Amino acid sequence: MIDRRLLLNFDWILLGLVLVVSLLGIINIYSATTPYKIIGTAYYLKQCYWLLAGITISLMVSSIDYHIMEDFSYWLYGFLVLLLVAVLLIGRRSMGATRWLNLGLFSVQPSELMKIGIIITFARFYNNFHSTGGLTVKDVLTPLALLALPAALIMKQPDLGTAVLVILIVLSMTFYIGVRWSTVVTFTCITIPMVWFAWARLLRPYQKNRVLDFLDPERSRLGSGYHIIQSKIAVGSGGFSGKGYIKGTQSQLRFLPEQHTDFAFSVFAEEWGFLGCLLLMILYLFLVLWGLNIARRCNDRFGGLLAVGVTAMLFWHIVINMGMVIGLFPVVGVPLPFFSYGGTSMITSMVGIGLLQNISMRRFMF
Amino acid sequence: MKERRFVRELMESKQRIVGLSFVVAFVFLLLVLRLWHLQILNAEDYQARSENNRLRFVPVAASRGAILDRKGAVIVSNRPSFSLAVIPQEVQDKELLLTQLADLLGLDRKEMSENWQKNHGRAKYFPIVLSSNISRDQVEIVEENRLRLPGVEIEMKPVREYSHGVLAAHLLGYIGEISEKELDSAGLEEYNPGDYVGKNGIERALERELHGSDGGRQLEVDARGRVLRTISESRPTVGNSIVLTIDMAVQKQAEQAFGDQAGAAVAMDVSNGEILAFVSNPGFDPALFSGKLPADIWKGYLEDVRRPLENKALSGQYPPGSTFKVITALAGLQEGTINDATSVNCSGSYSMGTSTFKCWNKRGHGTTSLKKSLRESCDVYYYQLGEKLGVDKIAAAAREFRLGTALGVELQNEKVGLIPTTEWKQKRLGQRWYRGETLPVSIGQGYVLMTPIQLASMIATVANEGTVFRPHLVKKVVDADGKTLRETKPEILSKTTAFSKETYRLVKQGLSAVVNEPGGTGAMARLYDVRVAGKTGSSQVVKMRDSKNSTAYKFRDHALFVAFAPFENPEIAVAVVVEHGEHGGSAAAPIVGRILRAYFDGKKPVVKEAVHPAPAKNENDAEEVTPAVDVKTPERESGVNR
Repeated sequence: MIDRRLLLNFDWILLGLVLVVSLLGIINIYSATTPYKIIGTAYYLKQCYWLLAGITISLMVSSIDYHIMEDFSYWLYGFLVLLLVAVLLIGRRSMGATRWLNLGLFSVQPSELMKIGIIITFARFYNNFHSTGGLTVKDVLTPLALLALPAALIMKQPDLGTAVLVILIVLSMTFYIGVRWSTVVTFTCITIPMVWFAWARLLRPYQKNRVLDFLDPERSRLGSGYHIIQSKIAVGSGGFSGKGYIKGTQSQLRFLPEQHTDFAFSVFAEEWGFLGCLLLMILYLFLVLWGLNIARRCNDRFGGLLAVGVTAMLFWHIVINMGMVIGLFPVVGVPLPFFSYGGTSMITSMVGIGLLQNISMRRFMF
Repeated sequence: MKERRFVRELMESKQRIVGLSFVVAFVFLLLVLRLWHLQILNAEDYQARSENNRLRFVPVAASRGAILDRKGAVIVSNRPSFSLAVIPQEVQDKELLLTQLADLLGLDRKEMSENWQKNHGRAKYFPIVLSSNISRDQVEIVEENRLRLPGVEIEMKPVREYSHGVLAAHLLGYIGEISEKELDSAGLEEYNPGDYVGKNGIERALERELHGSDGGRQLEVDARGRVLRTISESRPTVGNSIVLTIDMAVQKQAEQAFGDQAGAAVAMDVSNGEILAFVSNPGFDPALFSGKLPADIWKGYLEDVRRPLENKALSGQYPPGSTFKVITALAGLQEGTINDATSVNCSGSYSMGTSTFKCWNKRGHGTTSLKKSLRESCDVYYYQLGEKLGVDKIAAAAREFRLGTALGVELQNEKVGLIPTTEWKQKRLGQRWYRGETLPVSIGQGYVLMTPIQLASMIATVANEGTVFRPHLVKKVVDADGKTLRETKPEILSKTTAFSKETYRLVKQGLSAVVNEPGGTGAMARLYDVRVAGKTGSSQVVKMRDSKNSTAYKFRDHALFVAFAPFENPEIAVAVVVEHGEHGGSAAAPIVGRILRAYFDGKKPVVKEAVHPAPAKNENDAEEVTPAVDVKTPERESGVNR
């Protein structure tokens, strides 16, 4: 299955970018977890193991020709929807949400798998969908239903961050396929009055408050607002060249929330300053542009759609996480791919990279 | 056809990739711009905020300076006070903890709960004082049960200790937590809420010297407010100590001499204005004012007709009564209205126009010379003299003594008294002066008002024959190592150049007769070994006294006595006012006697050493003998003076 040509076409740039970001992430996690009382294996070591596991999985994913996925994509979709239903019924509750499903040997987070699943599903769907001049309103109805089901199930957990990501991935792929202006206008015109009606008539005051807190964290200074403020202080006080490695006061004195996971970039920004941030931004920008380049170079539509989907997934993770850390977006639990501590995020992102590698290696096979 | 459409779609998609790349680059540019905004444009602001986050400044109050008497005996010092505090974030079960504390220490659970509630809004790492001023036994109980009482702390801070209790309370004053009004006032800008500040007396007047400068510790804390390390520390500078001019031995005798009576006493060194004793009776317990004053005690102070909170020595204004005859006599002698040979026949009353002015002795004093007029305090002699002089001549003499003005003692609320003139009456009351009004003025009644400190200054000026010193309480300011920083130099306010030596000699002889000659009104101030000179006075509280109510406390006359000693070479001047004490000779003179006794007894060892200079090796023996003399003398003195 793996012939010589595939190895010759191995995308070293893709792997190189991922490895550099991941290593920066591990270095940063070491600093971010210094003030923690660590029981068992240190976080940065565990992240190393996750990285190795991720690379392995990514190589495995890249070795199987992605065209096969087209055949069982709907089966995958159905299976993942079933898992999402199962989570709601028999899932493990922790931190006020039900996200994990215990499969005996290990636990999985079906919503996380759905990020990849939805990419494959829509790549299949749009691959067979032909329209001239972009999608019409009628054309959009089927994909809308295809998206609404898993999105609603994820929202129910509740896992707003993942639900938003799934929607954004599908939106990105849809725009890649091409949408008529009339469709965009129509949906905007329908959505705005619906939101207004829901706000004015359906929501109770306490629900409105939750939404307002979500939209404007400064409303509750000690809740999520506190985290945003502390994160902005960390980033801002880093200045041009940073406070130095393991010398960030905001992180070392634990003023930051979740500083090894969702707010890892905040720690990095404090200790490495604007220069460090610029370096990381450039690496991510190259990664995303490289993903798009893989899509551009791919000569079949299914592969292009897959590549755009995976790149969109990475792009939105990066934008939402950084936007949250620097106070542009409300606090949503979205990790920074390869940089935040966490096995789930690492594996999902690496599966995505595996898909990109897969497509990149096989660009001359048509 | 299908193939062509497929290729076209693929080409369109590839073009869209280029568009998407630009969108991606644009979004990343926005993120970088935001980072620029935070990390470059507003870096300083965020750096300051991050410093604020991690640094806490904990002020360390400076230990307040001590107050000592002229001989170096400690009057006010500091002692540690313990209070029970909790750190809310470390407490798991508030109600259980309160019950435990109430049971273990016997403290009021409700009060502790209220104190806790009051501080509800503060940071959870900030200790809350549940009960202040707990005993050493209670501290020990807490220490023993440390493990069972998580979050409980013992705080130590120095509090004022008044080693003589209520003695010299008005003079010393007290300290208390700074009020909002004081925080805004000039000179207290550096103070923070919760700081202690002198509220009264020396504590207030010399606040700047006593307070010292607070230090502080710059601490690094984590997000939970736990202290990680001390970054910098500035040690507080102990306040300077104040050495007063007061002699506590004299002060003590003076206050004890008053007993339950209300009044004031001032003893002064005639050669420099140093105040040796400064009494306002009854006193109060200054230690109580530093903390929370119990309501019943506060009410008791307010309702006491003797006004214990008023500083009578400085703020009490009394008609000087017959003690003022000293001024009238000096004015008469200097103007030539009278001389040594002048005599007046006192029939017990004096008529002017249609009015009759009575002498205190209804039977009259008969033929009365200047000396006799002072000795027996004949009113008629002074009525006649006053009528001849006129009120303005009397006032001019009083002004030579700086009466009617503030003398500038270090303490607040010094009253100025009142010396009436025709001009004053015209200005103040819009009326002309009636000649008949001069007669009460010449015996220290009518409009005349003087404070005890003015009385003391007046008699001191007579004693030193013409120098008015600024009365002062602070001898020197010394630092924590005992090094003298400032010493108060005697300050001459004025010299009574209008009066000749002969004038003073004549008046002083009269004053000596008051105490030492038969028929003198001040015999009770006499000492067996030192010649005392003085003048009695009793001043009417109400002008038209209703005989029916004359025995009621508040209508009784004030009793006054002013004196100096020794007659030949004066050292000390004393003024005593006993409110509603009726007769100066019986109520005030004995107190003066006791003050003088204490003063001269205190001097004895010095005299003894001067007369028989002891060899160096015997110095200790000489000092050991001294207390015995001190203890015995008061008993003997009371025998002599009834």
